[in-house]
Amino acid sequence: MTRVIFPVLVVVAAIMAFWYAACIPMNIKFALQTAERQGAVISPEGVQARRDMSAFVLAARNPGQWAQTWEQAKPRLPAPHQIVQELWKTTVDVKPTSKRSLVFHGWVTLSATLAGFAIGSVGGILLAVGIVHSRAMDMSVMPWAIASQTIPILAIAPMIIVVLASFGVQGLMPKAIISAYLSFFPVVVGMVKGLRSPSAMDMDLVRTWSATRAQTFWKLRLPASVPYLFASLKIGVAASLVGTIVGELPAGGGQGLGFRLLAGSYYGQTVQIWAALLATAVLAAGLVALIGVLERGTLKRMGLSR
Amino acid sequence: MNGNPVIEAKHLDLTFQTNDGPVQALRDVNLQIHKGDFVSFIGPSGCGKTTFLRCIAALETPTGGKLTVNGMSPDEARRARAYGYVFQAAGLYPWRTIAGNIKLPLEIMGFPKSEQDARVEKVLDLVELSGFGKKFPWQLSGGMQQRASIARALAFDADILLMDEPFGALDEIVRDHLNEEVLKLWARTGKTIGFVTHSIPEAVYLSTKIVVMSPRPGRITDVIESPLPKERPLDIRDSPEFLEIAHRVRDGLRAGHAYD
Repeated sequence: MTRVIFPVLVVVAAIMAFWYAACIPMNIKFALQTAERQGAVISPEGVQARRDMSAFVLAARNPGQWAQTWEQAKPRLPAPHQIVQELWKTTVDVKPTSKRSLVFHGWVTLSATLAGFAIGSVGGILLAVGIVHSRAMDMSVMPWAIASQTIPILAIAPMIIVVLASFGVQGLMPKAIISAYLSFFPVVVGMVKGLRSPSAMDMDLVRTWSATRAQTFWKLRLPASVPYLFASLKIGVAASLVGTIVGELPAGGGQGLGFRLLAGSYYGQTVQIWAALLATAVLAAGLVALIGVLERGTLKRMGLSR
Repeated sequence: MNGNPVIEAKHLDLTFQTNDGPVQALRDVNLQIHKGDFVSFIGPSGCGKTTFLRCIAALETPTGGKLTVNGMSPDEARRARAYGYVFQAAGLYPWRTIAGNIKLPLEIMGFPKSEQDARVEKVLDLVELSGFGKKFPWQLSGGMQQRASIARALAFDADILLMDEPFGALDEIVRDHLNEEVLKLWARTGKTIGFVTHSIPEAVYLSTKIVVMSPRPGRITDVIESPLPKERPLDIRDSPEFLEIAHRVRDGLRAGHAYD
């Protein structure tokens, strides 16, 4: 175990060191300006003199002000501890039902993500079953599925929201549909591959028993596709979350992690943006890990993992 | 020979349409297999031995001639559960236990649940795998997996067992052992067996009838009725009779195959 922990800690420490170091040139100009106004001696003196100078040079000439780059209220790049403080403030210090709580916004995003993921996965599996069993569907549906993913989601998301709003569909559903739009595709591709994974010999074998198509599906194709399904679901759930957040940018209605990102950028609240980003990443990692647990359990019960 | 043949081919032709034009896989194949025969098909690759076996199993459709299995067309015979088929690879489902794999054809054919377990026990005993029913395929050696696949082919009591190079992927020691097992099985069950192989000793050791085939186009060049007794210990392979048949098979293979 220690052989694993050590490299992991080294990587985390390296990222942290790089991050704090990066804060210095990113935030140095504003730090110098503030310090000078408070009477500190800065080299060179005056905002005008420093305007066109490289941030790296300024940082090198004023090592005394580095600490200030990690403590600003609206830094270009917030330091890790600022983000952690913001996260703590918006999750533990406020009630989960408050509009200032990331738990509240995270739940709004999570519920739409799960709804979209469910729609996308079931739809993807059904499409794959159709594609595998019907040559006509293979030829007609697959190109559209591929084409659908070449359209930038950012461009199509507002249109989906506007169209659905004109039918009176608002709230969770439009976001869930955008989320499903992104998550069905990996499921279709993975399931088609999985359902077709039985070899020619496997197919001949069930033929010698005069198995029907339905029997071949339930007893051979479907169980054979399970490992492929889980691989797709992991990609699908992460895509679902991205879809929901993109959907929340134009249609957030003041709720969701996507809305927090947008609001943070309106008001220059970089710490808030980064906190929302980190919350999103944690949510995504949690969802993928959850599917990983389901995968391990299922494959073990099926005898597919040793 | 007694009564009507179990499998009868008359002037059987099969031509595959490929991108490089038609390929004649079988030409004018005539053969009778009787009940209880152990028939080996031997020949170089491309001689149509596997294709002929697949025709019997209705996995390929002949383009000419007549082929009957138990007096029916191969398709009807399949629906009547006339045969069990064993492929070169065991083809066991990794997500099913050995017993679960053997049960698979029984489930598909709709045998009552109560009967399934009894049949699984019976065929596991036949291939000497009793007690391995709860294991998963990966827990068994290659030879044991192939025995399980033979058990699966026997589970629904077909009278004919078709085997397509079943031991081709196994090493020689395991192969010898399984050859003995198959002979024992054949003696105990009285099945009619069609066996594709490219090993001369295997063909001579196992068969009552050896069908020698040659390629381009696939055809039968010799049919040898073996004079060896039904009781065959492994060391029969050193007897003069055995070597004589093996020699004739080799001659047949050489005659039908121009090494140009």
